Amino acid sequence: MKQDPALLNVHDLQVRFHTPEGTIYAVNGISFHIAEGEAVAVVGESGSGKSVCMMSLLGLIPIPPGEIVSGTAVFLERDLLKLPEKELELVRGRDIGMIFQDPMTSLNPVLTLGRQLTEALVRHFNLTAEEARNRAIELLQLVGIPDAASRLGNYPHQFSGGMRQRVMIAMMLACNPKLLIADEPTTALDVTIQAQIVELVQEIRAKLRMSLIWITHDLGVVAGLADRVLVMYGGTIVEEADVESLYERPQHPYTLALLAALPRVHQRRQSRLKAIPGAPPHLILELTGCPFAPRCEFVRDRCWRERPLLQPVSPTQKTACFVNPHTGEERA
Amino acid sequence: MTRYVIRRLLQSIPLLFVVSLILFVLLNNIGDPLTMMGGRNPTRPEDRERLARQLGLDQPILMQYVYWLVGNDWTMIDVDGDGEPETPGRRKGVLRGDFGISILTRGKPALDIIWERIPNTLLLMIPAQIVILVLGLGVGIYSALRQYSWVDNAVTTLSFVGFSMPIFLIALLSIYLFSVLFQRWGLPYLPANGMFDPQVGKTAAQIAKHMILPIFAIAFIDVARYSRYVRSAMLEVMSQDYIRTAKAKGLRRVTIIMVHALRNASLPIITLVGLDLPFLLAGAVVTERIFAWPGMGRLFLDHLERSDGAVVMGIVILLAVAVILSQILTDIVYAVFDPRIRYD
Repeated sequence: MKQDPALLNVHDLQVRFHTPEGTIYAVNGISFHIAEGEAVAVVGESGSGKSVCMMSLLGLIPIPPGEIVSGTAVFLERDLLKLPEKELELVRGRDIGMIFQDPMTSLNPVLTLGRQLTEALVRHFNLTAEEARNRAIELLQLVGIPDAASRLGNYPHQFSGGMRQRVMIAMMLACNPKLLIADEPTTALDVTIQAQIVELVQEIRAKLRMSLIWITHDLGVVAGLADRVLVMYGGTIVEEADVESLYERPQHPYTLALLAALPRVHQRRQSRLKAIPGAPPHLILELTGCPFAPRCEFVRDRCWRERPLLQPVSPTQKTACFVNPHTGEERA
Repeated sequence: MTRYVIRRLLQSIPLLFVVSLILFVLLNNIGDPLTMMGGRNPTRPEDRERLARQLGLDQPILMQYVYWLVGNDWTMIDVDGDGEPETPGRRKGVLRGDFGISILTRGKPALDIIWERIPNTLLLMIPAQIVILVLGLGVGIYSALRQYSWVDNAVTTLSFVGFSMPIFLIALLSIYLFSVLFQRWGLPYLPANGMFDPQVGKTAAQIAKHMILPIFAIAFIDVARYSRYVRSAMLEVMSQDYIRTAKAKGLRRVTIIMVHALRNASLPIITLVGLDLPFLLAGAVVTERIFAWPGMGRLFLDHLERSDGAVVMGIVILLAVAVILSQILTDIVYAVFDPRIRYD
């Protein structure tokens, strides 16, 4: 894989939550990088650790019960995981923006849009009220909200879900971040609005040349959006590949099953969608072998004992599996 | 909004009628004011009869209510008991601002008596409410942000103690400690009754000194109550998605707490304050009694004991109005704080 200068380089990140029911092993040793201007999609089902992983980079998980056990996350030559809270505050919103899943609850219901849009600007760039207001109008126009100036005094409940997500995006773009993390930003929206938001983010990314991490559980959304895909399962990355390779020749049984589960337009009406048997792992047990082993059709004895590491299988693709799912043979 | 307020005010008029009628009937049955009028000796039967006629107490209860409400200057009353109404009535009725005369003070208008007590009551209750709000918010926010820390646990324990203690116990204990024992130990001690020391006179410093213990007793329980509400409201708000958003914007922690969280957490608190507002006027019955503070609560008790109907009715009507007005005020403030609420 070609080595661009990495904007963010995460190595061996492990996150746990200590709950009364026991320790949850949410993220189990994740390493990835993202280059400047690159768009990476993180795919996986609920509970695979996608959100926790990204939120822990920004110090957004509650500690306790959360605990970052190990790892480094070097962003612009500084390790985010070791930054004191005060300095991390200055990274959040200014260098790294994050958009969340549910636009209905992610905006403060009792503050005006203007206030919520401008406060990051005032905080990070010391803009005057007037400058911040002008920038806020500019941002709302950028995300396609008509009549922006007159809407600054409005409250979130006066906007629809799609509009709120646009506002959320505008808020996180306010300071021109180098990296935007979008945590399932379209999941709570209906399909037409989803497409609009995806398009909007693409457009803005091209305009502002920022890097993007797009967290989703929807492989369908990924294709038009990302350069590279990370597939997560059970708090680990099981496959990493550029988009074409992933769709053409997935190398991990889980990815294979995921792609098989996608509905096809030309499929016969009556045929059932293909589901992956079993349920995602309870992360309450520490992983000993491959997290996907219980549901894998290619499972071998060693899969239960040994955890496969992410290994390159081609210049554009890495997988964490002992078996080549296309041949059924064990990899060398 | 204006229309809403006007509608609420109009709706409260029939409500006040019903409330006043019920209270009037109830208070008519609490005791016999005439028994007390003979001074040391029991009132003589012939005096009773005459007094009852003069005060209109011989009339049927509904008639008495009508006189109380609209007065009796439009009709004649029978004062000498010959069955012939010949003397014109002089009462103007509540609707024209005449709450009747106080029997206990022999002829002073009830409204004047009540009016005199209002400054004293507010002087005690407003500072107490401010103390309650400031400490309740401070303690509640602090223990929410440090949930399950030793401070939070200590505050929780203390507020359950405060919550379950009757106010007279707190009042008496505080007198025992800060007045009696402190004096015995030779420490500077606090005065335990009245508004000022008659030998020093009614100075601001004296009044302030005399306010400390009553305010402490009033505030103790309510700080416990408020801090529990504030704590749970803050805990709920701090786990909301928009707090995470505010954090992700890199805002300072203090901004997140004081602006993003508190604006939302204050909504349930507004309701609580709204319910307590009428007590600013009502005073604290038990506390005022124990500390001999000449406020509305003590006035109410003193006049209730001697069945002084005019004053007691005056106070309860005043409070009924206060309750209604503070409910309307609460609704208005609520709408200001929560833009999602619209009244139209």
